[in-house]
Amino acid sequence: MAEPVTLSRKDFSSDQEVRWCPGCGDYSVLTAVQLLLPEIGILPQNQVFVSGIGCSSRFPYYMNTYGVHSIHGRAPAFATGIAAARPDLDVWVVTGDGDGLSIGGNHLIHALRRNINITILMFNNQIYGLTKGQYSPTSEVGKVTKSTPFGSIDHPFNPISVALGAEASFVARTHDMDRKHMTEVFRRANAHQGASFVEIYQNCNVFNDGAFDAVVAKDSRADMLIDLHHGEKIVFGADGEHGVMLDEFGEAHVVSVADVGLEKILVHDEQRPEPSLAFALSRLASGPYEPTPVGIFRAIQRPSYEIELSRQLAAVQERGGAPDLDGLLGSGNVWEVV
Amino acid sequence: MSPDNAEQQATEVLERVVIRFAGDSGDGMQLVGDRFTDVSAAFGNDLATLPDYPAEIRAPAGTIAGVSSFQVHIAGRDIVTPGDAPNLLVAMNPAALKANINDLMPGGAIIANSDAFETRNLDKAGYLGNPLEDGSLSAYRLYSIPMTSLTLEAAKGTGAKPRDAERSKNFFALGLIAWMYTRPTEAITGWIAEKFGKNQIVHDANVAALKAGYNFGETAEIFEHAYTVPSAHLPAGRYRNITGNLATAYGLIAAGHQAKLPLFLASYPITPASDILHELSKHKRFGIRTVQAEDEISAAGMAIGAAYAGHLAVTTTSGPGVDLKSEAMGLAVSIELPLLLIDVQRGGPSTGLPTKTEQADLMLAMYGRHGEAPLPIVAAYSPSHCFDAVLEGARIALKYQTPVMILTDGYLANGSEPWLLPAAADLPDISVKFQTEPNGTGPDGEPKYMPYLRDPITLARPWAIPGTPGLMHRVGGIEKQDVTGNINYEPSNHEKMTHLRAAKIAGIANDIPPLAVDDPSGEAELLVLGWGSTWGAIQAGARRLRADGVNVAHAHLMHLNPFPANLGEVLAKYPKVLIPEMNLGQLSRLVRAEYLVDAKSLTKVQGLPFRAAEIEAKMLEMING
Ligand code: SF4
Repeated sequence: MAEPVTLSRKDFSSDQEVRWCPGCGDYSVLTAVQLLLPEIGILPQNQVFVSGIGCSSRFPYYMNTYGVHSIHGRAPAFATGIAAARPDLDVWVVTGDGDGLSIGGNHLIHALRRNINITILMFNNQIYGLTKGQYSPTSEVGKVTKSTPFGSIDHPFNPISVALGAEASFVARTHDMDRKHMTEVFRRANAHQGASFVEIYQNCNVFNDGAFDAVVAKDSRADMLIDLHHGEKIVFGADGEHGVMLDEFGEAHVVSVADVGLEKILVHDEQRPEPSLAFALSRLASGPYEPTPVGIFRAIQRPSYEIELSRQLAAVQERGGAPDLDGLLGSGNVWEVV
Repeated sequence: MSPDNAEQQATEVLERVVIRFAGDSGDGMQLVGDRFTDVSAAFGNDLATLPDYPAEIRAPAGTIAGVSSFQVHIAGRDIVTPGDAPNLLVAMNPAALKANINDLMPGGAIIANSDAFETRNLDKAGYLGNPLEDGSLSAYRLYSIPMTSLTLEAAKGTGAKPRDAERSKNFFALGLIAWMYTRPTEAITGWIAEKFGKNQIVHDANVAALKAGYNFGETAEIFEHAYTVPSAHLPAGRYRNITGNLATAYGLIAAGHQAKLPLFLASYPITPASDILHELSKHKRFGIRTVQAEDEISAAGMAIGAAYAGHLAVTTTSGPGVDLKSEAMGLAVSIELPLLLIDVQRGGPSTGLPTKTEQADLMLAMYGRHGEAPLPIVAAYSPSHCFDAVLEGARIALKYQTPVMILTDGYLANGSEPWLLPAAADLPDISVKFQTEPNGTGPDGEPKYMPYLRDPITLARPWAIPGTPGLMHRVGGIEKQDVTGNINYEPSNHEKMTHLRAAKIAGIANDIPPLAVDDPSGEAELLVLGWGSTWGAIQAGARRLRADGVNVAHAHLMHLNPFPANLGEVLAKYPKVLIPEMNLGQLSRLVRAEYLVDAKSLTKVQGLPFRAAEIEAKMLEMING
């Protein structure tokens, strides 16, 4: 679909004033997407951004593309309708941890299962921002918020594990402090045929400031972010001194490379047909305070819904010939009254 | 085995007959009813049908709860209901007899499968003795026939094991009834060949049972003669028999065709609407995209997404699904996109009566969304009318860029009647144009697309679909600024938009036909105002009264929001107004509120349609009162 037109960020920016809180992580995600789209080369009129409800869900208003700001949690459903009806369009979903994993959890897992060709950006800030600070389904146990003055007693979801559990064909994580990383992950996600799921660690500086600092702050990254690269040994640390190894149960652990030897270190394979390895990696950190993998956990090819749907239509149309409305209405037992 | 009443004439031509086939859910009564309907339709009878079956797929065998029935009314003249009371009841077991005997016409006939009237089944049905033998049915003409053993006998030589052969007894009953009403059996054997051709044994057993039933009627000498119901003098043309759900599906296909738009259906399975999903899923040749969504909410969301993307989008459901779709419907009202929501109403609240009919979702359709969220409502009044109602709903949705609710119900959905086939060429063109150019000017003086710049007459906003260069725009549920569609929270703008949305829907009243009144004498004092599936019963009741020289007027609403522009005038003409409804008076409340008329309400909420006699009685009471 790429056409020889030079596009710039301006072509993808709407005339609406961006109204997130100053300092909100959403800004850097918006910038990353607006800078990426001209590079991808799909014209703005062929892009559709769909969102639900929440801070991040204002995203479509700032994009000079087609867009639907839908209802709470349902963005994957709206996006599925658009993508299933019009496979020619490039469809994005912008959602958050509350929108996507709480009220809209069902639509999220089914969109992933169905493998409809949409790119889902899930802004995870581990808090309800728009409703002014209640704990979310990704908030850690014990979190004190307005609705949990004695601390949250809910066990949180690990969004990557949820997506892998739904057998998503593309699953990745990135964070709002590293535009280059975001851009590359978004690029891959968008190029992927089928449903892509990207969790973005996003700082809500008003209600949950610094939630991811332990892993994403510039000086922590080397030791706390495990950047996954397909076909490469999973090592991290300033000198690659830490690595990831599987135990006899298939569970992943962080080890010292020196202790176990480089040959024991796991080689990342995002293309394994079974999601088990990716799932093991998703369990490495139980929260953003332990070494946390980022990058692409899984990227496999399987038939995407809208293509299969179109294929069925084309096959039947080829066999059945042109549609004939009179023929249809008069099918079955017809009799004549004179 | 001979009937109590032997004083019949040697031959008999019947103007009309109402037959009810009743048996256990597993006895294949719906199938037998369908086949009988089909041959009668092909024979040229006018007809109407009423299936009635339990919600449970495998309700306990032999119990009253497990009884499934199919009523068919065939006639040599035009009819409008499946008949109040059957003339003939086919009862395959004691429970079927017990559940249906009270509906049978006095002096009516019962054909009972005497093999099934053994102690265990009698116990399950709550009979102390055997009604076939204790004289308790002496008010009826009773024919006890050992259908099971005769079927087993007939199926000998087909290779069917007795347990399997027994299942063909419904075809025995069908064969017998076919003989009784001089129906040709070729069409039935043809159907059996088509359906069971792959399984020779089952095929042979069914054919053997059918023939045995037919021959039994001819040779057993317990029936004095067969009956004929002459073909009806319907208007000339080509006909087929059609159920409401099929007519709805065909209406949708026709609407896509006439709108020159691809059809998109997202739906979640629910009784009694699923057949529409099944039917549309078959017709991929027409480019129809069907998606079975993960839930009702998603189905509505997907449909709205497809509408945004430029398809004729539909979601089909029943009451509980409408509840779930409410929030999405509110969004569709707010973002003003064409969408059809088809509600095949069933008994509520909650799970209610999934397989039984009711028309209690009118207020839900009118007001079942938060905020001021009006949308047009169109209701079908007979099975084949579902086709027209859908086309009309689609016309309104597209022309006014609005979600439309189309109300049918379980009775219409599964009931059937002959349908005079329309020619595709005669169907209305309901196509609309997509916006392809900017329609306004931005603050910078450049041409800009204004998604909420309305057509001055219809107040519809333009429909610009993704892929159109230069018209990129965002829609959403937050209040929009008039014209630009930008987010806007200003008090006066919200008030303006609320009024605009209301005015757009109200204005449709000028674009629908005035309400026609059926008042042949022009002298009626009583107007019966109905909507939806009560049409047949009201018509039949009115015709009966008129035949007795009593004047009564009948008007039937297809458009429930907005009402036809002349409804107020029509109501003002009649001193008395009766509104029969299968709810507790929903239309009557709307009409009273809107027109301040003292409309009387006649209500019925038994999961069953009105009988003509019930309406007739109420009409008489009001005329004389
Ligand atoms: S509340 Fe938090 S997430 Fe929402 S805009 Fe403000 S900083 Fe961003």
